[in-house]
Amino acid sequence: MRLRISNCRIVDPASGRDAPGAVLIENGRIAALDAEAADARADETLNGGGRVLAPGLIDLSARLREPGYEYKATLESEMDAAVAGGVTSLACPPDTDPPLDEPGLVDMLRRRAKALERARLYPVGALTVKLQGESLTEMAELAEAGCVAFSQANVAIRDLQVLWRALQYAATFGFPVWLRAEDPWLARGGVAHDGAIATRLGLAGIPSSAETIALASLLQLTRETGARLHLCRISTAGAVAQVRAAKAEGLAITCDVSANQIHLSDANIGYFDSQCRLEPPLRAGSDRDALSLALAEGVIDCLCSDHTPVDADGKQMPFAESEPGATGLELLLPLALRWGRERGLDLARTLARITSEPAKILGVESGRIAPGAPADLVLFDPDEQVVISAERLKSQGKNTPFLGEELAGRVHATLVAGRIVYRT
Amino acid sequence: MQANPQLNRNGELQHLLSLDGLPREIVLQILDTAESFASVTEREVKKVPLLRGKSVFNLFFEPSTRTRTTFEIAAKRLSADVINLNVSTSSQSKGESLLDTVANLSAMQADLFVVRHASSGAPFLIARHVKPHEHVVNAGDGRHAHPTQGLLDLFTIRHYKKDFSGLTVAIVGDILHSRVARSLIHGLRTLGVPEIRVIGPQTLQPPGVETLGVRVFSDMRAGLAQADVIVMLRLQNERMGGALLPSAQEFNKYYGLTAEKLALARPDAIVMHPGPMNRGVEIDSSVADGAQSVILPQVTFGIAVRMAVMSIIAGN
Amino acid sequence: MSALLPDAEALIRELCDRIRPDLGPRSALVGIHTGGAWLAERLHRELGLATPLGILDVAFYRDDYARQGLARDPKRSDIPFAVEEQDIILVDDVLYTGRTVRAAINELFDYGRAARIALAVLADRGGRELPVSPTYCGARIPVPEGKRLRLVRGTEGRLALELHDAG
Repeated sequence: MRLRISNCRIVDPASGRDAPGAVLIENGRIAALDAEAADARADETLNGGGRVLAPGLIDLSARLREPGYEYKATLESEMDAAVAGGVTSLACPPDTDPPLDEPGLVDMLRRRAKALERARLYPVGALTVKLQGESLTEMAELAEAGCVAFSQANVAIRDLQVLWRALQYAATFGFPVWLRAEDPWLARGGVAHDGAIATRLGLAGIPSSAETIALASLLQLTRETGARLHLCRISTAGAVAQVRAAKAEGLAITCDVSANQIHLSDANIGYFDSQCRLEPPLRAGSDRDALSLALAEGVIDCLCSDHTPVDADGKQMPFAESEPGATGLELLLPLALRWGRERGLDLARTLARITSEPAKILGVESGRIAPGAPADLVLFDPDEQVVISAERLKSQGKNTPFLGEELAGRVHATLVAGRIVYRT
Repeated sequence: MQANPQLNRNGELQHLLSLDGLPREIVLQILDTAESFASVTEREVKKVPLLRGKSVFNLFFEPSTRTRTTFEIAAKRLSADVINLNVSTSSQSKGESLLDTVANLSAMQADLFVVRHASSGAPFLIARHVKPHEHVVNAGDGRHAHPTQGLLDLFTIRHYKKDFSGLTVAIVGDILHSRVARSLIHGLRTLGVPEIRVIGPQTLQPPGVETLGVRVFSDMRAGLAQADVIVMLRLQNERMGGALLPSAQEFNKYYGLTAEKLALARPDAIVMHPGPMNRGVEIDSSVADGAQSVILPQVTFGIAVRMAVMSIIAGN
Repeated sequence: MSALLPDAEALIRELCDRIRPDLGPRSALVGIHTGGAWLAERLHRELGLATPLGILDVAFYRDDYARQGLARDPKRSDIPFAVEEQDIILVDDVLYTGRTVRAAINELFDYGRAARIALAVLADRGGRELPVSPTYCGARIPVPEGKRLRLVRGTEGRLALELHDAG
């Protein structure tokens, strides 16, 4: 079976290419490009209609809520959401119930995802048993079962000795460790950025130092252990400066930020809008601006959705009691495009943050359009407006701060391993 | 940004949730109306028929006998039927959600909900979900706001000082956790008080508090200098020892109002306290019971102010 | 239009003449805010009553609260004497539907049980919606619906009747 996608604008962030052309797909991989693809015999042709054809999106953080929270979302609903959003690969954090700390759970999750035949799933295993920050998981076993990295999701390791040992052990096998920097004591009880807005609203604050202090510890332990550290969802200008300095010093770390964080600030909380209850909290406008700039400069390597489906019951609560999180898989592309436009970046550089860069961190071959690469592709119109509404969202999580907004960027087709898994 | 959820389409008061963003005319309307109700409370029959046939639900998710009682008296003096619900001990413990509780009461034909909740913003959530004819009065939410207390404080200050334009008001103590302080600060700003000071140790000052339009003092003596009004805040028992303060004794020594510190303020300064007081902690008895104390009149005015709020809101 | 209205000052004199014979040691005047209070002030002075003048603002007793809400700036009601067993003369400028008088009587009862309540008005414009009639009336001035007859106070406290379009 040979599939040709003709008449499209091929944008490949890995090579910087942005030109009209065609793609020929065979055996799940890209077989040829442009003239060669146009001339070849194909069983089927998909007319791109002049739209953008790019590598499928790679999302480094999407909670699918299975196992354990099927009332919030299921693997099926969220995999539908992924491909509707043009996401062809996603990493899921280990904060399921039970957490992903046993090979059997990981194996089952991968099998179930595979059976659904939608996006590729890359489980991130728990770094400590039950994410409790006390004893190490069987990382090597988990890696064999398919874990691509180890993480604590949003649960901090309180005991720095445990963190130190965990980094050492992971470094022994060269396993990547994906961590969020947040000091649990400084963040204790907090629900919003510790600033003028929290003061006005009477919300308990999480100071920026909760992130920068934890990050300093993490960076120092990384220097000493040689661990492969990927920083998840940094939220402050202070953290940006620390990451910039660490990279300049030659520390081989990578870093991501949530799409919510580069567009919103604590001012968006307005009159206690629980849609803006997120982890990490929305910070000050100056933090948002620093994050957005750092993402453009590459200090922050990639953008993720931090997809966290929350049901209505979880959000229809007073702000502090409401459940943190927002749906994001279907917003990643439009929010990345909005960011790129705001920063004056071309499409290839914009898309690099959600395709080729996360591919490097994940260590996968996808995230590029070249002969031999997996045919994970997204066909989209970057200018077509989409209203974000509960009815439209495929995700079972209908909550996001962007609900009701009109965003540009509509996905028309998504291919995983050469198979069309979503089409308008 | 959402529209101000307190006002209806005609810009009239639909709910009273916070003094933050409440137009000056509405604040003055409430204070003026309260003046008239103050005369009612001095009569033989302390009751007017305004809210006859209306149901006021006192929804207290956090126990507070005092505030609940003043709302109850105010509602009864307006001839409303008052139903007191101490929700902290009933449905919430059965796992019923806040909005379910409200929907159930709404089905019992409520007209006005008086809500006290430990979580900042809870009355906003309720206000967003009630029917158009139902009204919400915030009786204190978390650290956020206690607008009727703020209004009765403004009423008291106006009663004794007549004019706000030249005043220096000092608010002393636990600003961080105080909804009373937040509401009063917004109200004082709205009515044009030029100098508002907050006094307390750094552990009890919220970050960026100066953005509310106040001057921050850690030295109480400096902060009280030439003050016209001193508002002492209640220090909750659970804050008296631990990471915020070493002890009630040390707090009293540096931030308690004594006769000697009161002498630093203007000779005609008034002393206020939202109650209940911790004598010997934030305020000494000699001051609390002294000639400059207006703490008991505050309580009396509080009823007239709450009558004004409820009658204005229920009529809009 | 005002030219056709009777002179308020003349009506006040007539009203005084009618009230004076009925006055006794327990007589007291209570004016209804605003026009009635001005009129009561004048009557109180002219009649030389010993009991201080009372003022009522019936805002808290009105029967249109459910429709109109609370009046913007209700004034303090002030009855500076014990109502119990007094002969009260309630004073209003213009008697129309009777609803204001009903509200005023209700409010008076919340101060105490008066021995008698009489009603003095400067003008009766007709259009009653309640069974209320004045004890003392300056003049009957029929006014069509949609118009508003009211008392105004000019310089030096001169009172005059005015007719407006209701709005």
